[in-house]
Amino acid sequence: MSDALWYLGRGTGVVSLVLLTLVVALGVATRSGRPLPGLPRFAVTAVHRSASLLAGVFLAIHVGTLLFDPYAGLNLVSLVVPFSAGAHPFWYGLGALGLDLILALVVTSVLRDRIGPRVWRGIHWAAYASWPIALAHGLGSGSDASTGWMLTITGVCVATVLAAVGWRVSERFAEVPDLAPVPVTAPPLVGTGPPEGPR
Amino acid sequence: MTTLHLDWTRCRGRGGCVELLPELIGRDEWGYPLTATDVPVPRALRGAAEQAVRDCPRMALQLSPRFAE
Amino acid sequence: MTATLDPPVRTSPLLDATRPPLRPVPLRGAAVIAEVAAAGLTGRGGAGFPMARKLAAVNAAVTVTGRTPVVVGNGSEGEPASSKDRVLLTTAPHLVLDGLAVAADAVGADRAHLVVTPAAVAAVRAAVAQRSDRVPVDVVAAGEHFVSGEETAVVAGLEGRRAVPGDKFRRVVESGVHGRPTLVQNVETLAHLGLIARSGAAWFRSRGTAAEPGTALVTISGAVARPGVFEVDHGAPLRDVVGLAGPRGETPVLVGGFHGAWLAPHEVAGAAFCRASLGTFGASPGAGVLIVLPAGASGLAETARITAYLAGQSAGQCGPCVNGLPRLAAELGRVAAGHGSRPDDRAELYRLAGLTEGRGACHHPDGTVRLVGSALRVFGARS
Repeated sequence: MSDALWYLGRGTGVVSLVLLTLVVALGVATRSGRPLPGLPRFAVTAVHRSASLLAGVFLAIHVGTLLFDPYAGLNLVSLVVPFSAGAHPFWYGLGALGLDLILALVVTSVLRDRIGPRVWRGIHWAAYASWPIALAHGLGSGSDASTGWMLTITGVCVATVLAAVGWRVSERFAEVPDLAPVPVTAPPLVGTGPPEGPR
Repeated sequence: MTTLHLDWTRCRGRGGCVELLPELIGRDEWGYPLTATDVPVPRALRGAAEQAVRDCPRMALQLSPRFAE
Repeated sequence: MTATLDPPVRTSPLLDATRPPLRPVPLRGAAVIAEVAAAGLTGRGGAGFPMARKLAAVNAAVTVTGRTPVVVGNGSEGEPASSKDRVLLTTAPHLVLDGLAVAADAVGADRAHLVVTPAAVAAVRAAVAQRSDRVPVDVVAAGEHFVSGEETAVVAGLEGRRAVPGDKFRRVVESGVHGRPTLVQNVETLAHLGLIARSGAAWFRSRGTAAEPGTALVTISGAVARPGVFEVDHGAPLRDVVGLAGPRGETPVLVGGFHGAWLAPHEVAGAAFCRASLGTFGASPGAGVLIVLPAGASGLAETARITAYLAGQSAGQCGPCVNGLPRLAAELGRVAAGHGSRPDDRAELYRLAGLTEGRGACHHPDGTVRLVGSALRVFGARS
């Protein structure tokens, strides 16, 4: 039974990494405002959201199984408080940190209407921090990290996110460019300006 | 009649609403939705309008029961 | 419109610096709304909205929300060709404060803000210090954008945000400063209220026309011998109004400021200074700005420069404004430079105007389109 938990925990961790990679890439695509091949603009947003929620489900299973798995030696506190685990405090700590960030991203997105776009957008920048943390956690804690298949998956994920971020910072990223300020000029025809007092 | 309200200060022309409501919203040459600030939504387009409100990445759309002014 | 034969200016009750503060406030609550409605007082900030309806809307919002309202006197005057609010505030600040006190009592406000051009802050603060109004008045310097005087921009400034216009899904009368029902009135409107509280609606109606009673402050500049601020009757012949400043020749006049409309000399001769008459030329009194075009100047070129100025004054928030206004200015500049003889150029201007109008949080694009349209109408035949 505990073997099943262990394998489930490992498997869902791998799937979570793949889904989070997809979420980051689709998030970047959403920000670009461009459609993807086969996906109109609104669908890019919709798939980004669906993939995020799915990643959340897999993360919940990942965390839940390891909580009850004696091999992992984790408790509720060490799952959410970074670097508090008895064994492998650093690598498990990264997992807890990533979980906290992703939890914040999901909760603020669900409550987007309540908190408004400014706060939501500010917190959403944390997505760029959460992904490398999750990746490092997987490399450090993952029992399969050094296997060929896992190295391949990791490589594809890293390449995907690097490509997405490279696109994000490129010159012609957004379909509609940010609003640039219009040069300020002096008002004409008022040079004869009215005097201080009433007439 | 339900009215779709567009907050121009939030809109950055992401274009999702144009795809969801082509009957009501076009796109100008700069990428911004070609529509008035308040647009009456026919009953048949109510669902699409609700999706446009939910999916706008800039939260620039709102539905209100008020008449367009 | 009733053209009056009287000289347009008799006295200037608004700019009387000697009048003492009004104490105690003689009109309160519903009596104020009734008197203002009887007087037919409309907003003097440009839009001309009936004040009685605004007061009633704030009171209705107070009933619905149960929140205490706020009153705001708006002397931001972002329009560079206008100085009537500054002149009023520095000449007769107590009259504005009287109006603010009456308005605060009418809606039951517990806070009053007076937003004024930086140049008037000291004078107005000094006047406030001489008074003992029930509702404390806080004097604030206005933002310096052309659009900073817009109602939602004023509210934003009072909340400590950048004083630029905001979205109007919720009206300011319902949800203004910190979400409270808010009455924003131009300072000249408040000064008129201060006079109505003293002298009554019938006195107010003794000037102006039946449909547009009362007087208005105008700022006249451009090619005139005596630029300045004058108090004139609504319905006075426009030529007489402009004549107060001594225009140098019979040239086109920009009526209503940079968001206004040009009138050709023969139109100036036939028009009266009121909505009804100016409306037939696509113009309105606005905030009373009148600019006389210098003889020999190109109306199209000047309008192109004004349009470029207005483009630079965009708050930079709305796509059609940020993209459209510079294009309008450039195309109009081309037409002014003599490249406008092809019908295509004209068509492009109208197309851009159509793309810009009605697509923004405030009326900055609409006002700019109105100006450009009037320039094509009045000066278009020459090119």
